[in-house]
Formats: sequence, structure tokens, C-alpha cells
Amino acid sequence: MNQEELNNVILRKRKLAYGVHDVWIKNDLIGRQAKPGQFVIVRISEKGERIPLTIAESNGEAFRIVVKAVGKSTYELCSLNEGDILYDVVGPLGKPSEIKYHGNVLIIGGGVGIAAILPIAKALKSAGNNITVIIGARTIQDLILRDEFTFADKLLPTTDDGSFGYKGNVIDAMKIELEKENYNVIWSIGPAIMMKLSSEIATKYNIPIWVSLNSIMIDGTGMCGGCRTVIKTDNSEKIQYVCVDGPEFDGRYVDWDSFIKRLNQYKEQEKLALERYLKEVGEPTWL
Amino acid sequence: MAVKDRVHVPEQPAEIRKTNFLEVSLGYTPELAQQEASRCLQCKIPTCISGCPVGIDIPGFIKEIAKGNFEGSYKILKSYNYLPAICGRVCPQEVQCEGLCILNKIGRSINIGALERFVADWADENNIEYENENTKFQFNISKAKDKKVAIIGSGPAGLTVASELGRYGFTVDIYEALHEFGGVLTYGIPEFRLPKSIVKKEIAALEKLDVRFFKNIPVGYAISVKEILESYDAVFIGVGAGTPKFMGIPGSELNGVYSANEFLTRINLMRAYKFPEYDTPIRIGKKVAVIGGGNTAMDAARSALRLGADVTIIYRRTEAEMPARKAEIEHAKEEGVKFYTLATPVKYIGDENGNLVAIECIRMELGAPDESGRRRPVEIPNSNFILEMDTVIEAIGTEANKFLLSQFPDLKTNKYGYIITDEYGQTSNPKVFAGGDIVTGSATVILAMGAGKKAAQGIMKFLSENR
Ligand SMILES: Cc1cc2nc3c(=O)[nH]c(=O)nc-3n(C[C@H](O)[C@H](O)[C@H](O)COP(=O)(O)OP(=O)(O)OC[C@H]3O[C@@H](n4cnc5c(N)ncnc54)[C@H](O)[C@@H]3O)c2cc1C
Ligand SMILES: Cc1cc2nc3c(=O)[nH]c(=O)nc-3n(C[C@H](O)[C@H](O)[C@H](O)COP(=O)(O)OP(=O)(O)OC[C@H]3O[C@@H](n4cnc5c(N)ncnc54)[C@H](O)[C@@H]3O)c2cc1C
Ligand code: SF4
Ligand code: SF4
Ligand code: FES
Ligand SMILES: [Mg+2]
Repeated sequence: MNQEELNNVILRKRKLAYGVHDVWIKNDLIGRQAKPGQFVIVRISEKGERIPLTIAESNGEAFRIVVKAVGKSTYELCSLNEGDILYDVVGPLGKPSEIKYHGNVLIIGGGVGIAAILPIAKALKSAGNNITVIIGARTIQDLILRDEFTFADKLLPTTDDGSFGYKGNVIDAMKIELEKENYNVIWSIGPAIMMKLSSEIATKYNIPIWVSLNSIMIDGTGMCGGCRTVIKTDNSEKIQYVCVDGPEFDGRYVDWDSFIKRLNQYKEQEKLALERYLKEVGEPTWL
Repeated sequence: MAVKDRVHVPEQPAEIRKTNFLEVSLGYTPELAQQEASRCLQCKIPTCISGCPVGIDIPGFIKEIAKGNFEGSYKILKSYNYLPAICGRVCPQEVQCEGLCILNKIGRSINIGALERFVADWADENNIEYENENTKFQFNISKAKDKKVAIIGSGPAGLTVASELGRYGFTVDIYEALHEFGGVLTYGIPEFRLPKSIVKKEIAALEKLDVRFFKNIPVGYAISVKEILESYDAVFIGVGAGTPKFMGIPGSELNGVYSANEFLTRINLMRAYKFPEYDTPIRIGKKVAVIGGGNTAMDAARSALRLGADVTIIYRRTEAEMPARKAEIEHAKEEGVKFYTLATPVKYIGDENGNLVAIECIRMELGAPDESGRRRPVEIPNSNFILEMDTVIEAIGTEANKFLLSQFPDLKTNKYGYIITDEYGQTSNPKVFAGGDIVTGSATVILAMGAGKKAAQGIMKFLSENR
């Protein structure tokens, strides 16, 4: 179990859409232990920051992530090629999803969140649930992994421009589906605003809804408190650490406003880092 | 003999050091060390020793310095303390060895910490290696040599166990969840107080003992607890008490409200003070408040100061009750950190974007002593006031790190979540030992090392008896 043997080499890399890349990384410990809902933290270089990414699949020797380039570190990650080695990879982290028999399950994935729901949907299906999957993106080009959900009992793709499936967003589709069908539990993973809106709907219908919070992290081991978020239950308000108490929480109880504001903590520095990076590497043609 | 005054340790001038992260103390030169060492009275009954948690023969190692025999001094030191370069720098000497030095009665105690550090640094510069041969433990360890021991966590407790067991040729694997080894020595205590190169050297020395180091391995996750228990003959848990507490007052979620752990981790582990050369960002702000009076508070305050902020420490008791090392309180003051005592925040105030703009505090007074013997601070009603601040760093302590223990439900813990052990670190599972902050709650480096030493003895005993 030497570091060299773990080696974190990129085995396979494929572009799914502009700025969205599907990457398989060799790591037998993570490949063996990863469970749906868990994530890894990676560092790309010696001077790199620690960024969390959801494990989309694993096979005993390697694991898969789907990265969307949004800033310096993810641009850089997408620039790596097969054979390149990630500087640090740690995981699996976080609590696994609650996989068991729930009955009728509605699973919603938006944007790169589609990759995050893939292993959860598979596991829920294997656990005997009846699963309906809604996946959505802006256009057909952005609607990643749409051919990997064939196992679902019902698959409802949506695009904002109507280029594929239902014309509209996943929230519209969710509302229609909840009118038609009774669900015992919902999973909803995607941009924060999407998770917020779907949680509001779930609250109305009084259905538990698991969301996977993408708060800003460093260590991922409960040591820094930076990922903290406020969870408001009926009569209490408590601070929870997303990396160890989550990343999945019942979205009905998440204090979404403060959660979303905390995502913007470093906006200025992030802009600066990306500009500086692009100055150095030029046009990001690889995206 | 001018025994009254200690020989001053050269330091970077406050005006200069507050703009850099280089070590504040420059350490004694050989001449200065000899001068200071010759102040020691070589007491027949040296009270200083009883103040040292590992019982170093203090007059012994000081005598050799006075004679100019630094190598001999190093041998004495090393036979008691495996990390003298670190302890000499970070031990709270004024409540330990130096606090009990007889010279306090007539002047100032011997600067034992600075002397210890001098000898350790001198030995390092002169490539002196010394392996401690004497062990007070008497049983047949040769039989246990083929045993495998896993150490979880690479803080001072884990490193000490590795050193003790590695010397006897046990197979020792040390697992660390982070991407660098050293625990708080690496992510918590800043460079200007403990250069990271020193921690790295100690780790390199362990590699020579064939201790195998595995970073980026969160035990309980990458390797299950069951698997660890099956693959090793004994396990040592030294995962620290690293979960920060928050005051939990309104506004804690605002941007600009940090725990000291996060603030210091960004700076020390991630080198955010070199952003954008390093990718990890940090928000410093112009006006920074640090809440607390311990080492962590001083470290956070002095780090923020070095990043250009105007820094105020807010502490609910008075300076006399501050638990930080006295030297660091002095250093912080010299560098320009302001102290606001007998006050505590009650609310953080933010703007519409969720950024901290001010904190509301309340004044305190000291009431009757509490269980710890310190006078308890009580709020003075209606004494609230507002301080404009754009960053606040809470350094009010930590609690048990549940990261591993949540995966280890059978292990017995006390009501605070710390692991229950016997004198030799043995837990409710006979093959599992523990020590350091995860047993005692936040304590000190030297106590974590002491616990590591005891646990190593416990593990050897366990392994030689259970074959
Ligand atoms: C548990 C978890 C799972 C995630 N899974 C995925 C995934 O599968 N695929 C994917 O593309 N992205 C995922 N993310 C988000 C991903 O971590 C961020 O997009 C990435 O860190 C941005 O880094 P950057 O330097 O490229 O962008 P930046 O320009 O630095 O930041 C862009 C935005 O990303 C967020 N961010 C910045 N730094 C961090 C950080 N250290 N930790 C978390 N968020 C940060 C902030 O909200 C920021 O505004 C996940 C996040 C979390 C917490
Ligand atoms: C800012 C600060 C300043 C301090 N200053 C001083 C000082 O001046 N003098 C002094 O004596 N003491 C000081 N202390 C206290 C001292 O550092 C601690 O008491 C000491 O480090 C405890 O050592 P430890 O080995 O128990 O744990 P730690 O040093 O906390 O190390 C624990 C390690 O275990 C790792 N870990 C946790 N869970 C897992 C897992 N599941 N798998 C793998 N690895 C894991 C952690 O990542 C960490 O690296 C300070 C503490 C802080 C935070
Ligand atoms: S180890 Fe710490 S307490 Fe003991 S002599 Fe050295 S500085 Fe003093
Ligand atoms: S008590 Fe002070 S003077 Fe006496 S031996 Fe110890 S250090 Fe020297
Ligand atoms: S990322 Fe540091 S506590 Fe969660
Ligand atoms: Mg970034």
C-alpha cells in the first residue's frame, strides 16, 4: 500500500460537454471503499488548493469524477491528460447516502449534479426502489450522461431550450411529476439554487429531500469548520459540518440563504486567480 | 555571579518580524548559551525537573552546555525527549520546568526552553545523531519484533509512538488524513513560532527507522476500522482534538467569521499568505478581532497582523488568566496586537451580502472562582457595545474529533467524547491504544508526547504477552 502503488494516475479522460470532463483515476483504496454519496478531495499541484469532487462511480481499482470547469483549480484539472498524476487525492470522505428500500423515489440531477446522482440512483434501484430520474441542463449539448440512466424505471430529461426532452428546467418537471405521482423520498443534486427551489417544493409536499451541499471545504475531516452550515429543525438551529455530518442533508431544513452567501466568500480572490492563470496559459482551448 | 537576569535570546525586532513569517526567536549563540547555562545553580534537589512532564535531567543537560560539551548535553536531552527542538520552542515553560526553577525566588528562572532549543539546533547543524538505547521497560521484546502496529494520526503523540516502536524494529505504519504529516505542529502552530523545516526533519529521522508513512489516508474511510484491526497486531489512535468549537452566537455563519483552525490551516498548511502564488485564498480584512486567550488565539492574531491587519484580541477574563504562553502574549503586544479584556461578543452583524461588518460585545467582570480555580467571568447587564470589524476569528477551544470515532462506535469514550484509556493508553479494546489530545482534550505537545511514550510501552507489553 505504498504511495507509489496508489499513484493517482488519470486512466481515462473524456470530454462530456464544453468545460465538463469525465475522469477515471486509479486509486485502489478509494476504488474499493467508495459508497454512493461520498466525495474525494484533490490537489493538482504542490501549490494547489484542496477541492472536493463527488465520486460518480468506482470499480475496485479506480474511481470516476465528473468535473465542471468553473475557476482556476477546475480549469487546471480539466487540462490534465491520461497518464498525468494528481498531486494529492484523499477519500472517500463524507457519509454515504441512505441507501435502503424507500418505495417510490424521485431523483433529480441538474448540470454536473447529474454525475453525483448516478451512483445513488443505481444503488437505490438495486435496493428495490421504484426510481424516477429527472435530469436537466441548458441544452442537449450540456445534458451529460443521459445514456447512462437506462436502468431507471422512468427517465425524464429536460433542457431549457427544448433541444432534448421536456422544454423547461428540472424544477418545472419536478412540479409536474409530484402532481402525478406519490413519492416517499426525493434526492436533488445540482446548483445551490436548484437544490433550494426543489427543497421548497418538497416542503410543500412534506416529502423528505436529500440534497448534497457543495460548501467550501479545506480538510474534509471536520477539523477546520469552514464548511459549516446552519440546519434549522422545527425548534432548534444547529451548526453542522458538511464534510463529516453530510454532505447530504434534508433540504427542508437547510438555511439556504446563508448557505448560498457563504459560497461567495472568496469571489474576488477566485476571479483574480483565474485571470492570473489564464494570463499564464493563454486561451483554455482544452475546455 | 550575576544570577538575577537571564541572558536575552536574540530575536527579530518587532517592527521587522511583524511583516514576515520567519521565526521570531533567533536562538542563543554558543557563547550566550554557555553564559545562561552557567547561571544554573545545579541544585541538589532540582525543583525544575518536577515541572517537566517527561522529567528531563535539566541540571544535567545544562551543566554540559556550561562546560561547552554540547554533544554530551544533546545525549542527555535526547534520552528523555525525542523532540527537543520542538519542545524547546513551544512548551509552556513558565508553568512547567521554568515555573519551578528555584531562581524565580531571587530573580528570573533559567531559560530552560531556549537552552533546550539551542542544543537541539546545534546537534542538527552539526549532524549529530543519537539513538536512545536505555529503556526502563524490562521484558522480552525480541519476540514481538515481527509484530505490526498501525498509528492513526501523525501529530506529536503518533510520532512519538512511531519513534519508540520503530527503534525496536517493529513494523510501524503511520496514517495521516491530511497531505502533510505533523498534526497541529504542521497545520496549527505558525512558521514564525515553529519552522516547518524542523517538523519535517523529525519525520525524516523516523523514516530512517523504517517507519512507513502514508498520507491522504483517512482511516475509517479509505481503510475501514475492521480492516485496520484485522491487519495489525496493535493500533494507536492519536487523532487529536481537532474539531473547533463555535460560540454559536447569532451571525456565526457570516462571511468573515472564522474558526482559528480554519484561519491557521489556510495559512500554515495551505500557505494562503502566499496567495495567489498558492491557490488557497484567505480573507484578512482591515480590522480583525480574535476571540480567546490561548496559544491558538495568539497564533491567529499574530498571523493576521503579519498579513497587514489591525488586530484586537477580545478575552472574557483578564490578561492574568490567559492560558497562552507568556512569551507569546509579550510577543503579540510588542508586535502591536491590541488587547481588549473583560469582554465577549454576543452577536455578529453582517451586511446584505452576508459579510461581517461589526460585532456586538458585552463587558464582563470576574466573579467567584469556578471548578478550574479561575474566577468566572460574568456579564455586566446593559454594557453592550459595538466594535467595527470585518473579520473575526474564534479561538475558544476544540472538542473531540469524531471523524474516526464515528466509525469506531465500540470504543469507550467519556461524556465529552474523549477516549477512555488506562495509564498505558490501553482502551476498551485491548489491542487499541490511544493518547494525546483525543484522550485528554486539548493539551500540550509535551503531554501528547508523554502519552505516546507510555502507550508505546503499553503496546510493547501487550505484544510481548499476547502472541
Ligand atoms: C462535497 C462536494 C462535492 C462536489 N462535487 C463536485 C463534482 O462532482 N464536480 C464538480 O465539478 N464540482 C464539484 N464540487 C464543486 C467543486 O469543488 C468546486 O467547483 C471547485 O472547488 C471550484 O474550484 P475552482 O478553483 O475551480 O473555482 P473557484 O473560482 O475557486 O470557485 C468557484 C466556486 O466554487 C466554490 N469553491 C471554491 N473553492 C472551493 C473549495 N475549496 N471547496 C468547495 N467549493 C469551492 C465556491 O463556491 C466558488 O465560488 C463539489 C463540492 C463539494 C463541497
Ligand atoms: C494553534 C495551536 C497552537 C498551539 N500551541 C501550542 C504550544 O505553543 N505549546 C504546546 O505545547 N501546545 C500547543 N498547542 C497544542 C498542541 O499542538 C496539541 O496538544 C498537540 O498537537 C496534540 O497532539 P496529538 O498528537 O494528540 O494530535 P494532533 O497534533 O491534533 O494530530 C492529530 C493528527 O491526526 C490526524 N487524523 C485525524 N483523524 C484521522 C484519521 N481518521 N485518519 C488519519 N489521520 C487522522 C489529523 O489530521 C492530525 O494530523 C497548540 C494547538 C493549536 C491548535
Ligand atoms: S520538555 Fe518542555 S517542560 Fe520539559 S524541560 Fe523541555 S521545555 Fe521544559
Ligand atoms: S531549579 Fe533552576 S537553578 Fe536549580 S537546577 Fe533547575 S534550572 Fe538549575
Ligand atoms: S472542510 Fe474543514 S471541517 Fe469540513
Ligand atoms: Mg479556487
